Amino acid sequence: MYSTFKRTTAALALGVAMAAPAAAELTGELRIFLDTSNPAPRATMEAMIERFAEQHPGLEIETTVIDREAYKTQIRNFLTADTPDVATWYAANRMKPYVEAGLFEDVSDLWAEPEIAENLASTKGAMTIDGKQWGVPYTYYQWGVYYRKDIFDELGLSEPTTWEEELSNCQKIVDSGRACYTIGTKFLWTAGGWFDYLNMRTNGFDFHNQLANGEISWEDDRVKQTFANWKQLIDMGAFIDNHQTYSWQEALPFMVNGEAAAYLMGNFAVAPLRDAGLTDDQLDFYQFVSINPDVELAEDAPTDTFHIPANASNKEAAREFLRFVVSADEQTEINNGANLGQLPVNAQSSVDDDKFLQQGFQMLSSNSPGGVAQFWDRDAPAEMAKVSMEGFQEFMVKPDNADRILAKLERARQRIYDN
Amino acid sequence: MTVAADIPEQESWFHRNQQRIAPWLFLAPGLLFFMVYVIIPVFQSFNLSLYEWDGLGAAEYVGFRNYEDLYWEWVDRDAFFISLKNNLIWLILYLLAIPAGLFIALFLNQTVWGIRLYKSLFFFPFVISQVVVGLVFTWFYDPTFGLLNEFLGFLGLGPLNVLGDERFVTYGIIFAGLWPQTAYCMILYLTGLNAVDPEQIEAGRLDGAKGWRMLWHIILPQLRPATFIAFVVTIIGALRSFDLISIMTQGGPFGSSRVLAYYMFEVALSEYGFRMGYGAAIAVILFLIMLCFIAYFLWSMYREEKGH
Repeated sequence: MYSTFKRTTAALALGVAMAAPAAAELTGELRIFLDTSNPAPRATMEAMIERFAEQHPGLEIETTVIDREAYKTQIRNFLTADTPDVATWYAANRMKPYVEAGLFEDVSDLWAEPEIAENLASTKGAMTIDGKQWGVPYTYYQWGVYYRKDIFDELGLSEPTTWEEELSNCQKIVDSGRACYTIGTKFLWTAGGWFDYLNMRTNGFDFHNQLANGEISWEDDRVKQTFANWKQLIDMGAFIDNHQTYSWQEALPFMVNGEAAAYLMGNFAVAPLRDAGLTDDQLDFYQFVSINPDVELAEDAPTDTFHIPANASNKEAAREFLRFVVSADEQTEINNGANLGQLPVNAQSSVDDDKFLQQGFQMLSSNSPGGVAQFWDRDAPAEMAKVSMEGFQEFMVKPDNADRILAKLERARQRIYDN
Repeated sequence: MTVAADIPEQESWFHRNQQRIAPWLFLAPGLLFFMVYVIIPVFQSFNLSLYEWDGLGAAEYVGFRNYEDLYWEWVDRDAFFISLKNNLIWLILYLLAIPAGLFIALFLNQTVWGIRLYKSLFFFPFVISQVVVGLVFTWFYDPTFGLLNEFLGFLGLGPLNVLGDERFVTYGIIFAGLWPQTAYCMILYLTGLNAVDPEQIEAGRLDGAKGWRMLWHIILPQLRPATFIAFVVTIIGALRSFDLISIMTQGGPFGSSRVLAYYMFEVALSEYGFRMGYGAAIAVILFLIMLCFIAYFLWSMYREEKGH
């Protein structure tokens, strides 16, 4: 699961002709830990680090790539002992335990620099805890409804924008013998995505945030309304059967085979859908419909981040690396379709021509006035996220248990947030 | 004669006590590791269960609060209750591996051409990894593409989502676990059957015993040591039932297939976990349950030794 490549300065001597005029020469060792273990992101990151190394021939850079799942537990060890200078992680509440334990470096000074302050303003909130910034984002992606355009055409449906249209569309899809949505809730978080959208559309972004922060009772009538809306879809048979047995990947074939018409998912679902043989004529995207016309639309857009551990030894070089990662050109490069295929965080960067990225970028920059959430399991504390997503899964299987589930979540809230 | 009286004064302390020290010296490495990796962690776990600690910051002493939370989870029929209940189901149903193993062993304990191959084939599931067993049964149970529902459809029975239904999921996993465990018990009994005294069987025959009576009165008493070992390994296997659950359901759907060992892992070490104190409290409870069995095993072994 580990791979390490060490780069010595001598090998770079030829490549420095193009190096930017560095203000001060950086020296020493820079150790970077990455969780981008999938082949494409990994190659992207390694190429990016190579470009950084060319600009700073005096630096000896050592990169370690750790399996994405294993990383989530190993980070606790390597932040305290044998610490790297730069490490990847996730935004919002997901970084809170490390911020509170004093293991992440405060990088508010970077965010004060005009270069970053002006161009990264949209993600500043997600990186802020206690009024300070603890890292920089390097990529993010939209969530929304990916649907089979050919099935919609066949049934004479158009992209819905209101809850009524959504329900009537779905009824027609169900009548045609299909499920409206595929989903696999075995690993729980996919149900968290549905809850995010239904609750943000029913009660708004601020309410959703307060709920994630434990300020609102789970037995509040407004929460019950969210679940009532959800129940409408469940009761009409909108979701595939047995979703509790499938992972999100295992739920893909239902959409590919035309047994389900759509998938509420992050943009990362596009690649496997295309690999499975769906063309761009068959596949399209729409923003999750509005439910309560009184609340502003808000979206999920999970952000992946770079941090400097507090125990890092070469913080000067690490800061330079963060500046490099968020620079407009690098952002354009690493997020393009050939690399990560996601959205750049820098406002000066250009978005890839891919139609889903274009639509997602449009949606997030101009049609998400309510705000941008990270994702339920990143916004809520880990413990609450776990208990609640288990509740969502149970609710999706047994919608009649709603009151018992909400009572259980309320008990969990009182235990989790009071300490 | 006089020389013999002189020697003890010249002998070193070590020489004089050699007989008594030697066994302890040989035991020392084992004892040391047993202390460091088993006995001391038991007490550490108990100590940790009195704290609230996320593995990063400072640990906060909370007294018996973690146990209180467990008690309330019990009262509310919540995760802890379900885990404990599932543990009990595991303990009881997993024991089916013993009669099943015995049955197969009796069946295979004959000399026909190729019997070694059949024995190996029956032993095969124990050799393959639990992870593979879990995956195979997950596919077998798959509600859409799985073989099980093909069979059921053949018999005209409705589709069944074994791993997605909280009523069946634990039984489904136990069934998967019984497959390798039965093979294990079988091999224990096969070796036991080799040691059965043919003269006693002969004597039994002469007295007119056959079939069940022969098995019950002549064979089984001689298989007691094998039964005891099979019982021990099966109980331990049931309490360790972690890997299958992790592979097949991750404790789901909505936590209904958890057992204490898995719940402990989930609370303390999984992606959304890191409540070390709470995990330790569950570990202590699990240890107390195991202690009952350990005490029973030790006691019966002690009795056995004394009997001889």
